[in-house]
Amino acid sequence: MLIQIEDMENKTLYTIIVHSENIAGTLNQITAVFTRRQINIESLNVSASSIKGVHKYTITCWTTEDIVEKVVKQMEKKIDVIQAHYFTDPEIFQREVAMYKVSMPEFQSNPEASKVVRRASAHIVEVNPTFAIVEKVGMSDEITALYQNLKELNCVLQFVRSGRIAVSTSCFERVNEYLAHREERYRNGK
Amino acid sequence: MKEKITGSEALMRSLEHEGVKTIFGYPGGAIMPVFDALYDHLDRINHILVRHEQGAAHAAQGFARVSGKVGVCLVTSGPGATNTITGVADAMIDSTPIVVIAGQVGAGLLGTDAFQEVDLVGVTQPISKWSYQIRRAEDVAWAVARAFYIARSGRPGPVVLDFTRNAQTELADYEPVSLDFIRSYDPDPETDPKMVAEAVRLINEAQKPLVLVGQGVELGNAQEELKAFVEKADMPCGCTLLGLSALPSNHRLNKGMLGMHGNLGPNVKTNECDVLIAVGMRFDDRVTGKLETYAKQAKVIHLDVDPSEIGKNVPVDVPVLGNCKRTLALLTELIQPHRHTEWIESFKPYEEKEFEQVIKKEVYPSEGPINMGEVVHAVSEATHNEAILVTDVGQNQMMACRYFSFSKNRSIVTSGGMGTMGFCLPAAIGATFGCPDRMVCAFMGDGGLQMTMQELGTVMEQQASVKIILLNNNYLGNVRQWQAMFFNRRYSFTPMMNPDYMKVASAYGIPSRRVMERGELDEAIREMLSTKGAFLLEVCVVEEGNVLPMTPPGSSVNYMLMEC
Repeated sequence: MLIQIEDMENKTLYTIIVHSENIAGTLNQITAVFTRRQINIESLNVSASSIKGVHKYTITCWTTEDIVEKVVKQMEKKIDVIQAHYFTDPEIFQREVAMYKVSMPEFQSNPEASKVVRRASAHIVEVNPTFAIVEKVGMSDEITALYQNLKELNCVLQFVRSGRIAVSTSCFERVNEYLAHREERYRNGK
Repeated sequence: MKEKITGSEALMRSLEHEGVKTIFGYPGGAIMPVFDALYDHLDRINHILVRHEQGAAHAAQGFARVSGKVGVCLVTSGPGATNTITGVADAMIDSTPIVVIAGQVGAGLLGTDAFQEVDLVGVTQPISKWSYQIRRAEDVAWAVARAFYIARSGRPGPVVLDFTRNAQTELADYEPVSLDFIRSYDPDPETDPKMVAEAVRLINEAQKPLVLVGQGVELGNAQEELKAFVEKADMPCGCTLLGLSALPSNHRLNKGMLGMHGNLGPNVKTNECDVLIAVGMRFDDRVTGKLETYAKQAKVIHLDVDPSEIGKNVPVDVPVLGNCKRTLALLTELIQPHRHTEWIESFKPYEEKEFEQVIKKEVYPSEGPINMGEVVHAVSEATHNEAILVTDVGQNQMMACRYFSFSKNRSIVTSGGMGTMGFCLPAAIGATFGCPDRMVCAFMGDGGLQMTMQELGTVMEQQASVKIILLNNNYLGNVRQWQAMFFNRRYSFTPMMNPDYMKVASAYGIPSRRVMERGELDEAIREMLSTKGAFLLEVCVVEEGNVLPMTPPGSSVNYMLMEC
């Protein structure tokens, strides 16, 4: 149920990439920045980054550039946040992963089913007499489209999708360089 | 050489390692091992027993604001900890370095709704600069070092340490830790030379520059750098509430206070200047009024240590990041000497208008009841403008800040961002410990005093030399003024029945005097100032006095009512 229909005009889907120290409570601090401004998080992915002890957050939300810029600065202000940046869709490569658990009898009885899966470039990763699991890696709307198509065939038992993960199109992720620079500045200041 | 000691003892040694000599606190179950360890350190650490934990937090703030050192609070878990939260939030918004150390239930009981358990880290994360739970004795030295470093560096702020009971009693190796680097935290961001060059160009070309002086100047200890900067290019200044003592009140370039109840000149000129140079201030809505019309004609240069302040409320043309002690010196070296005689002269008509229409009536009345402003002015004069001013919140605060004059730095202690009533008395107690050699004048109203009146017990016990000036109008005056102006004089719960404050003072053994007649005022102030130690001076002031001038909420900064 839609409790409140927000004015989506002038809003853009931004992807915010944050690097932080892996300390308990950091996620709380990052999400609190959204709560304070009553911004809904569309999707959120948190996992270890390539740097030891550093976690990477990929967060999407609908908002304006003015607000997202302030949100990112508020995040960077947190002591244990190393860097935070925001991107629009053209500035990133982004993927989500989804799993669709489908009922085997329904799936087999309809010849359209396997075509739908193939057309969507999805994979079947588990098959047994009661169900199959279809896995799809792709863009948000592709994942939604496949769900709609499978749903029309009345075979979906469960559906789950991950948060978005993204890398920037620029040679951006320079957290290593940033940390090295911070340490160098510190040494020089001594 | 390492040795095994308890976590509580490690805390004491870590505090001493940070140079702590004064703690404001209140014992309780979950912090008893620490208070026990404290008992052996009383020759080096002075513990001030407050009467309520909120008082401990505000006292730590007052201590920090006047001394520049980190204020420390020591309280128990649960209610002890939550009672400090108003002070933590206040210290956050006013950038005051304090460290609150609270007891917590043992690590094994966390999350079980144990007696006096509260998720303090969860509660304080959004309102503190850093909040951390110490669960092991071996983490104490590191956590304390990190807490003090974070509290005092960069843009200062409150840090909360949640100290579980098991960590207080367990034994661990202790070695002092000194910490001055956290890779994810940059307390002095790099200054972009291009921005410096652009700021210099704008300042050199400016015909009508205006400098906004914020507390950042005091926090960065950049008062001399500011003076050199504004004097070299001959630039008039307006000060924010918290920045009032960063530049002496009688400096020829100090044009007074900014904001809703500030001085007419700097407010009007904000919307006339061609270059606005904000130094260590955050464009609070009480300073800017309506943002849509705020300084639209001006190029805005913003010097700040906190990148998240740049463009937060007012769009900034030239951000100059970094500690203003450094960036002001950098700019001063590069700008050309200038004279802006005509521009500075143009403030005069506004000063005269404000004097004629507001100040004369408020400060120099010939008849009628005593005004708040005239009391403040008389106390300021009697202290040769050298005292520390501590205020509560409301009319007493605005009057005190308008009519007190400052000649020394770090002389204003007031709750600016939070507007915390009840702040004054405990903060003033803290200030007497932060600067024991200075006169501390605490202006408060009858509402605010009663919010933390229990701290009179602390004044008594510590013989804290607080000069309490109670401006008693039998109203919650500021709200009453707004009710009169915007709510059709419907005085909903603003009249207040008061106790006999002379009896209250006498119960605590604090000398006191009540003044009802103008003729007694100067003599009473002399008595207060010549009395050793604390004194409560109650002045019965005009009941329905108004703070003027005033920019009504939502109005443009240059629109100020001179009467209401």
